[in-house]
Amino acid sequence: MKIKVKVSRFDPDKSPERYFSEYELEVSEGMTVLDGLIWLKENADPTISFRYSCRMGVCGSCAMMINSYPHLACHTQILEITKSVLVLEPLCNHANVRDLICDFSAFFEKHRTIKPHLLREDAEKLDLTGEISQTPQELESYLQFSYCIKCGICVAACPTCATDKEYLGPQALAQAYRYTQDSRDAGGDKRIEAAAEGHGIHHCHYAGACSEACPKGVDPAFAIQLFRKQMVLRSLGLKETRPPAGEMPPMTLNPKPNIPKPPEPTIK
Amino acid sequence: MGRLRDNRLGIAGWGYAGRYGFERYAYFFQRLTGLGILLYFSLHIFVTAYRAFGEQAWTRVMSGVDKPFFKLGEYMLFMAVAYHALNGLRVLFSELGLFMGKPIRPVYPYETSLKRQRPLFFIVMALAGVIIVMGGLDLIRYFRP
Ligand code: SF4
Ligand code: FES
Repeated sequence: MKIKVKVSRFDPDKSPERYFSEYELEVSEGMTVLDGLIWLKENADPTISFRYSCRMGVCGSCAMMINSYPHLACHTQILEITKSVLVLEPLCNHANVRDLICDFSAFFEKHRTIKPHLLREDAEKLDLTGEISQTPQELESYLQFSYCIKCGICVAACPTCATDKEYLGPQALAQAYRYTQDSRDAGGDKRIEAAAEGHGIHHCHYAGACSEACPKGVDPAFAIQLFRKQMVLRSLGLKETRPPAGEMPPMTLNPKPNIPKPPEPTIK
Repeated sequence: MGRLRDNRLGIAGWGYAGRYGFERYAYFFQRLTGLGILLYFSLHIFVTAYRAFGEQAWTRVMSGVDKPFFKLGEYMLFMAVAYHALNGLRVLFSELGLFMGKPIRPVYPYETSLKRQRPLFFIVMALAGVIIVMGGLDLIRYFRP
């Protein structure tokens, strides 16, 4: 089946305005938008620019607006979207660098603001061969939010991001909750401080578009509300701050029966 | 930075941005009604300030606003307040993590907290609808006493 593909083009060296290029594409069952773009780049126009890496919905680099909805190009089959016209544009609410490519430096800067790593004072003293204990329940309480691949789709869907350039955005705020909720972490206060800033968590009003669009089922809007609940409980003194989970001896010291021994190290 | 094209949707993006669920539109109407109520408050302060200029000025301005146009405006305000208050309550509940369930494993097809809180969304919208209809009956009585 032949369809028409309209690709948003932007080259700051040529013009400050964007325009659309139109192509014809022979589509087959199961063909993804990324497959289509690669075919067009090889056969119709080598100047189309777009980002991709893994081609399997893992790296998060191929996010774009596909017929006005943010999707991962490698994760979206063309025939599920259209049988006539496919319109490809760069992600909304991000700065456009070239054709379908967006600049993610502001996005990652916001991600860094909320300190997306385990924070604990005894980090230097931990035995690096050991493990930190965590119950399955503790794991389940944040696991969903740890599947984020930083594709930026939630930011494109968010109506607050549509007008507020400084807003931390669903991705960073959801990760603030993900790390604060982790029983191995003790940096909640620092993240709350970062999230409560002027353009922070209070600008979310649960429009929920981020959660609907997220290609990994992360539900960032939910994480934001849970984080907000935690902020309220902490400020009212209703949630006791716990020390981060303690260390466990390395499993190898006390293996379960029936588990074969690991091979001897090859490098001494 | 001049080489980057700002691709933010702007205010138009509050209204429409793609095929999203009800909650994104509820967000838009919450902002719209919020601005409408703010506009009413400024007019309200302006009108009631006439009280300071004596009884005559007050009666004159009050008879000036006792017109069908202003009655309709008042009803629109009533609708805005009913919606804003009830939807605001839903957002408040959500912000306290209520009626949204627990985090789950993201297994395809993904289910989000939006789906779990949707019954609450429909309940508050139905309540707002009932209040708006009752106010409408009152408005009809004004036009056809
Ligand atoms: S939360 Fe979802 S949509 Fe947002 S960056 Fe992470 S994976 Fe992408
Ligand atoms: S190319 Fe990696 S997510 Fe699409």
